Amino acid sequence: MIYSVEKEYQGMLDAYEKAGGDSNSLKTEGMAKLIVHENKVLSADEVPGVRLKFKPKENGIIAELRVEEGVKVKNPIHLCFGILPSEGLQDITFRVDVLSGAEVKVVAHCIFPNAVHVIHKMDAVINIGENAIFSYNETHYHGDSGGIEVIPKAKVILAEKAFYKNTFSLVQGCVGKLDFDYDIYSGANSVAEMVAKIYGKQDDYIKINEKVNLNGENARSLIKTRIVLRDRARAEVIGETQGNAPYARGHVDCTELVNGTEAVAKAIPVVSVTNDKAKITHEAAIGSIDRRQVETLMARGLDENEAVDVIVKGLLR
Amino acid sequence: MLSIENLQWGLNGKLVIDGLNMHVGRGEIYGILGENGTGKTSLTHLIMGTNNYKPTGGDILFEGQNLAGLSISQRARMGISLAWQEPVRIEGLMVEDYLRISGKNFGIEQVKHCLEMVGLSPSIYLSRDIDSTLSGGERKRIEMASLVAMHPKLAILDEPDSGVDIPSLPLILNSIMEMSRQGSSVLLITHNEKVVEIAHRVSVLCGGKIFMTGTPAETSHWFKDNCQTCPHINEPVEL
Repeated sequence: MIYSVEKEYQGMLDAYEKAGGDSNSLKTEGMAKLIVHENKVLSADEVPGVRLKFKPKENGIIAELRVEEGVKVKNPIHLCFGILPSEGLQDITFRVDVLSGAEVKVVAHCIFPNAVHVIHKMDAVINIGENAIFSYNETHYHGDSGGIEVIPKAKVILAEKAFYKNTFSLVQGCVGKLDFDYDIYSGANSVAEMVAKIYGKQDDYIKINEKVNLNGENARSLIKTRIVLRDRARAEVIGETQGNAPYARGHVDCTELVNGTEAVAKAIPVVSVTNDKAKITHEAAIGSIDRRQVETLMARGLDENEAVDVIVKGLLR
Repeated sequence: MLSIENLQWGLNGKLVIDGLNMHVGRGEIYGILGENGTGKTSLTHLIMGTNNYKPTGGDILFEGQNLAGLSISQRARMGISLAWQEPVRIEGLMVEDYLRISGKNFGIEQVKHCLEMVGLSPSIYLSRDIDSTLSGGERKRIEMASLVAMHPKLAILDEPDSGVDIPSLPLILNSIMEMSRQGSSVLLITHNEKVVEIAHRVSVLCGGKIFMTGTPAETSHWFKDNCQTCPHINEPVEL
């Protein structure tokens, strides 16, 4: 199917709405946004202090987001990437610069409702300046075929006292194949928090590799992963934190629930310390859904499947 | 309401519940008093059907219907529910949602009322998750609130006082009495003779058997004299 630009725009909004999003957030005036279908920018808006530059490349775009020094962006910046046809490649090169003292929240939606043979790649470099705050919340909406590969890779550099929080959520539809790879370099007194919530079904394959290098004194980090697997889905999670500076503190927290006999979960927490005043901790829990949780909800009148559903939704909320 | 006849259940060749007989009437608060390891929690599992416990002998009848073979959900839908001795944590499940699950079609005001009954402020607790950020005592009170919300015909309370601080205990006991006033029967299981003071009748359990039944005063006195000083924990001797 060939889409016109208008149809593409409306199609993206419809798909977003269908997935449970509020398309008004993508149409509201006075909010910075970028809507990209395949390699076409369908809509782009800036607000004072926020620069959004982009240019197409073969099978994707090159985009730059820059938040000027000291600018505190009132409303979240909305990013929307997607492919509506069943086949395609979307390759995003993304550079983010949040300058000193700036504060910004980004809400990103990635929409692939009809994917049968689709690849969505993102290569990002994210620089967060001194005392700057950057929150990036990415939600994926996939169809049920599982015919998609999602390959997000990022290098994140935090200056002194920078704050960075990344939340990645893929719980609707089938994951397909996910290869998530983030590398974070933390300066002194900075805070990095990585949260991933993923629901694997059918033959999904999930690979997560997150690494935080706590290079500055008193830098802090949390890697938190919540994964639920059913059917024949498989997941491998590597959460690595290096404590390389005095008083650096990091924690890796991974929970994977396996519902069924064929799904396979693997967690590899890696903690290393090269400074005797640093401290890194980890916890990983892999297993079936807690029977006592299920029975507690059944004792309130839910049947077993309803109880499992409540537990899974809670974990991935 | 609840009749238990010659109930037996064992583990590793040993009878934990050994020919137990009891009856709980409608709206009655029935206390079971026993030391650790006497079969109190096993009894709750057998009535609720939790922990995969199934009687090896005898019958459990609820409103005349034998519970054998019924799932936990089926028992709950008949009007039986349980507050666990150690309530679970469920990450991401908000207190408000938990109480709404318990009280079908509950509005927000009813949910708030249930929390207030156990001394928890709705403005603080409604949006909290039932996870490790709550203390054991807080989870215990939320578990009680969920039973109040469910308004069961039979509430089984396993050690409702454990982990609850002293100032909060009267609130828990008041909520139990309120459940009874509203028509719920309550099976109140504890090792604390102070807690069973609100019961209409109390039985002393040891070795999976009822040793005596009487008023709270009678049984508490007997319990203190015979059980708390007894060296034969869970190995009853002829008195």
